[in-house]
Amino acid sequence: MNYTRPLEFEKDYLELKNKVEELKALALQKNINLNSELEALENRMGVLQAERYNNLTAWQIYQMARHQERPFTLDYINAIFQDFIELHGDRCYADDSAVVGGLAWFDEIPVTVLGHQKGKDTNENLRRNFGMAHPEGYRKAYRLMEQAEKFGRPLICFIDTPGAYPGTGAEERGQAWAISRNLARMSSLRIPIISLVIGEGGSGGALALGVADRVLMLSYAVYSVISPYGCASILLNDANRSEEMAEKLKMTAPDLLNLGIIDEIIPEPLEGAHRNPQKTYQAVEERIRFNLRELLDQDPADLVERRYQRLRKIGRQPS
Amino acid sequence: MIKDRLGFKSRTKYATVKPRWEPGVQTADGERCPGCGSPPPVEDDARRLMVCPDCGYHFPLGVWERVRLITDEDSFVELDAQIVSGDPLGFPGYVEKLESARQDTGLKEAVVTGMGAVYGQEVVIGVMDGRFMMGSMGLAVGEKITRAFETAREYKLPVVIFTASGGARMQEGMVSLLQMAKTSAAVERFSQSGLLYISVLTHPTTGGVTASFASLADIVLAEPGATIGFAGARVIEQTIRQKLPSSFQKSEFLLDHGMIDLIINREELKGFLYKLLRFHKGRAM
Repeated sequence: MNYTRPLEFEKDYLELKNKVEELKALALQKNINLNSELEALENRMGVLQAERYNNLTAWQIYQMARHQERPFTLDYINAIFQDFIELHGDRCYADDSAVVGGLAWFDEIPVTVLGHQKGKDTNENLRRNFGMAHPEGYRKAYRLMEQAEKFGRPLICFIDTPGAYPGTGAEERGQAWAISRNLARMSSLRIPIISLVIGEGGSGGALALGVADRVLMLSYAVYSVISPYGCASILLNDANRSEEMAEKLKMTAPDLLNLGIIDEIIPEPLEGAHRNPQKTYQAVEERIRFNLRELLDQDPADLVERRYQRLRKIGRQPS
Repeated sequence: MIKDRLGFKSRTKYATVKPRWEPGVQTADGERCPGCGSPPPVEDDARRLMVCPDCGYHFPLGVWERVRLITDEDSFVELDAQIVSGDPLGFPGYVEKLESARQDTGLKEAVVTGMGAVYGQEVVIGVMDGRFMMGSMGLAVGEKITRAFETAREYKLPVVIFTASGGARMQEGMVSLLQMAKTSAAVERFSQSGLLYISVLTHPTTGGVTASFASLADIVLAEPGATIGFAGARVIEQTIRQKLPSSFQKSEFLLDHGMIDLIINREELKGFLYKLLRFHKGRAM
């Protein structure tokens, strides 16, 4: 097996891992006993794995979060939910495929699912605009939120976008208006809302699916007011200092848990969700189940009030 | 009267805070009107409005000049003046930047909120100041806006907000982004009480402020020629690799595309607000 698109920091580890696997296959194929050699190599591999993946820098986590092979929204939907029916269109202008949404079952409960959707390859990315939504995408989300409210379905949102698309059409059709309406509406929906940051949480475009009762975040996801590149260009006038800004912006899950922005971190496999998607889906499914059960027990009016108070508390110094 | 309701001693806050920037000296020495190249206004009335008498260009207006222009004399009472930003991320250079913004503007934060009267009509009013760290929204701005809506809801008063902002304050990271959600939630609650909210978008209103409370008003007004949008023009130009026309994201462009209700000249603004307020009198009382 080959490890495609390794990140800079994990290259030597993945090469070693690759060699070990090749050696194992060879031993099996030729029926040679390489047990003692393999044991030594595997020990070294274990040490190297810990060295490479423990204590990743914010910049390295940012690379992980944007990895092209990470599972995206539809992967999670198909793995965790049953009978997903995708619904389309904003009823105003277009169907924006940078946002997907529809109906699905979770543990015999009908739910509405929504999420930003990135593409698996260049063609799909062009169609999905790299997960950067136009106003139509947010308006489709709004429509499906209203629908969820009408039928009393819990809402599960997957966040994975570099940001709302900054283009002329988006401005002409009211990008800011579309986002603000989602923020306001999500705050008053009388249904349980869980948002999960599964990859890249880019600014207002991410938040437009992120006003929730519980915000969960994968351990290698990021969530930030601005990209490190944008921050370095604007504040320092020096895009080369992006790496430094990634650290300062406090965009990783542990930092955001400390700041009260998210409620829970879902640990990924050490080498990242894309190296073991099944394990990741299981962990995500389990945490959705746990949180949904808790939220379904709450009175709708309490849900709305607690969601408001959750926002009211953020950033307030404990007094 | 507002002051009795609040139980405050009668005071006009703007008389006690000395703005360093007086009307008429907001432009740098020797700076000309960006609209037509004339010198900045000198006549009293034009200085009060800061509108170029030759071409009608609307210069950015400071907080206290705006308060003076819109509210009746001695009617304004500031709310939540004590709320200031901390440094939630420990972001390098932020504390110093805040301090110099305070020095330069005489303000504590990029928004001032309070209660006042517009030709006798009581309102809760918020005024942002684009000179204070580009009017960016951090925790303090988000909190003051949120409290303004909460106070107005409690006293069943309409809200008028004058926006001027470059967006979220990136030095406060995700804490600043979440102010978009908080202020939007506050508008939603307020709005569900059947009360009136008018926003007046002034130059410039972009980013996270446009994508939250600014565009959620029942009636959205704008001053002429203001830049209003979500993404900055530079970012869009980099994305689409084209030069944008100068009319892009101006008030008139927004009106054409159906995003705002009306463009109102500064000179007529107070009278126009009064008219709108009168239409909604008696709601939710």
